[in-house]
Amino acid sequence: MTTVTDASTVHGSRITWAIVDTWVVARRHLLHLVRRPDELLGTLMIPVMAVAMFGFVFGEAFGVAMDVPGAEYREFLLPGLFALTMAFGIGNTTISVAEDVRGGVLDRMRSLPMSPVAVLAGRALADMILAVVELGILLALGTLFGWQAHLGLGGVVAALGLLVLLRLAFSWVGILLGLLVSGPEAAMKYFALVFPLAMVADTIVPTDLMPGWLSIPAAWNPLSSTVIATRELFGNGVVPATTWVGEHAMTMAVAWPVAIIAVCLPLAMVRLRRLGR
Amino acid sequence: MITDEPAIWTQGLRKSYPGRGAALDGIDLAVPAGTVHGLLGPNGAGKTTTVRILATLAGFDAGQAWVAGRNVARDRAGVRARIGVAGQYAAVDGVLSGRQNLEMFARLHRMRAKAARQRADELLERFDLVEAAGRPVRGYSGGMRRRLDLAVSLIRSPRVLFLDEPTTGLDPRSRIEVWDAVRELASSGTTVLLTTQYLEEADRLCSRITMVDRGRVVAEGSPEELKASVGGRDLDEAFLLITEGA
Repeated sequence: MTTVTDASTVHGSRITWAIVDTWVVARRHLLHLVRRPDELLGTLMIPVMAVAMFGFVFGEAFGVAMDVPGAEYREFLLPGLFALTMAFGIGNTTISVAEDVRGGVLDRMRSLPMSPVAVLAGRALADMILAVVELGILLALGTLFGWQAHLGLGGVVAALGLLVLLRLAFSWVGILLGLLVSGPEAAMKYFALVFPLAMVADTIVPTDLMPGWLSIPAAWNPLSSTVIATRELFGNGVVPATTWVGEHAMTMAVAWPVAIIAVCLPLAMVRLRRLGR
Repeated sequence: MITDEPAIWTQGLRKSYPGRGAALDGIDLAVPAGTVHGLLGPNGAGKTTTVRILATLAGFDAGQAWVAGRNVARDRAGVRARIGVAGQYAAVDGVLSGRQNLEMFARLHRMRAKAARQRADELLERFDLVEAAGRPVRGYSGGMRRRLDLAVSLIRSPRVLFLDEPTTGLDPRSRIEVWDAVRELASSGTTVLLTTQYLEEADRLCSRITMVDRGRVVAEGSPEELKASVGGRDLDEAFLLITEGA
């Protein structure tokens, strides 16, 4: 028995190992972004474009439809765009995981004596760090265009916490999908599916302006709960809730992501174990 | 340490994929410690499936498998701490540099940051990658990439190394470099199981060869024994005669 344990090895409990391994894997994904700045730029462009398109191209028209000035619409819109940006991250996560399955990096990691959950959780942690950067850019852009939070720093921190939690949940959705799809090309083909998730929700258009049959799935969309809760925390003019799920937005903004993680994380672990068998 | 105990031992290893029938139909292997053993066979013979099972990357339906004294079905973590995998499947990260790959995988082998850096330096030196260490791996030649792959699989000095078609697609010079590396490993006591379609490779590197075809072992022996069994011809002919007869 040589080399299995020696002074150069990190000793610790299973949980310590899982945390250290998760960080090492997350660091890899972040290094990718540093090494491919064009990709980082591409990712960060989504929130910037969203603010420009929805805030100004569609914004004035939506403002007219809602009978409010464009500036007031943008106040309503920004929290929607925060959550929408979190949803668009699913595509990136799915493609990245599918590439690792195809390229064999995932197999390499599976053959190591590392924590199995960290193989995937590293991607989720990198996504959360990226989400913080994206939200920072959105906050700055929003402020530039006259959006502001009215209820102080505590509300902003709580709202950002909910948004990052939502991103974590979507990250696990993306990880599971990345393990299920046949390859990165398939992940790109299905990317359009993220549009209904991102927009059939209380993000860009208030649900009461949608046709009745659409307003129900929109109200129950996990994004809607986060958007309503963050509008409340930012003090950005909440539209009075008409549904149970709308009234319990704060609770649901925590319950939805937790439930999504509780389903997707174990399924992803089962799928990881069965890869290639 | 019990030296008589085979480093790799399987009996009646079976695996089938739903709808595709049996991939392995009873594979028996016994690889003595410190030797280079070849799994030789055509595409689809079950070579890669065998290696994936032994490296804990895939499950099996029946039979027994032991690697470095550990039960593959029951002690995955124990097996993983004692093996290295390189070749077709387990790969390196193309975006990161060679050094970053080595340091990351060393960290995932639970080495401390400083030890990981030192180990990366040693391996870059040993596999002649010092100059390319800072460049992204996707710019490497096929031979450099395979050397890095081998270096990554040797981070923790594994007792058993699985090489899945280590020289497929390499130019002759890179192939000889990989062969030299494998010989060096074997002389330092590492047990190597390599799969190959190239008879020349098996002939040059392996002390024993198991020929597989359609999920079964069709012949087993030293390269000389296999040649002698068909009348002293070369291994190519031996292989054809044996697989056609099976």
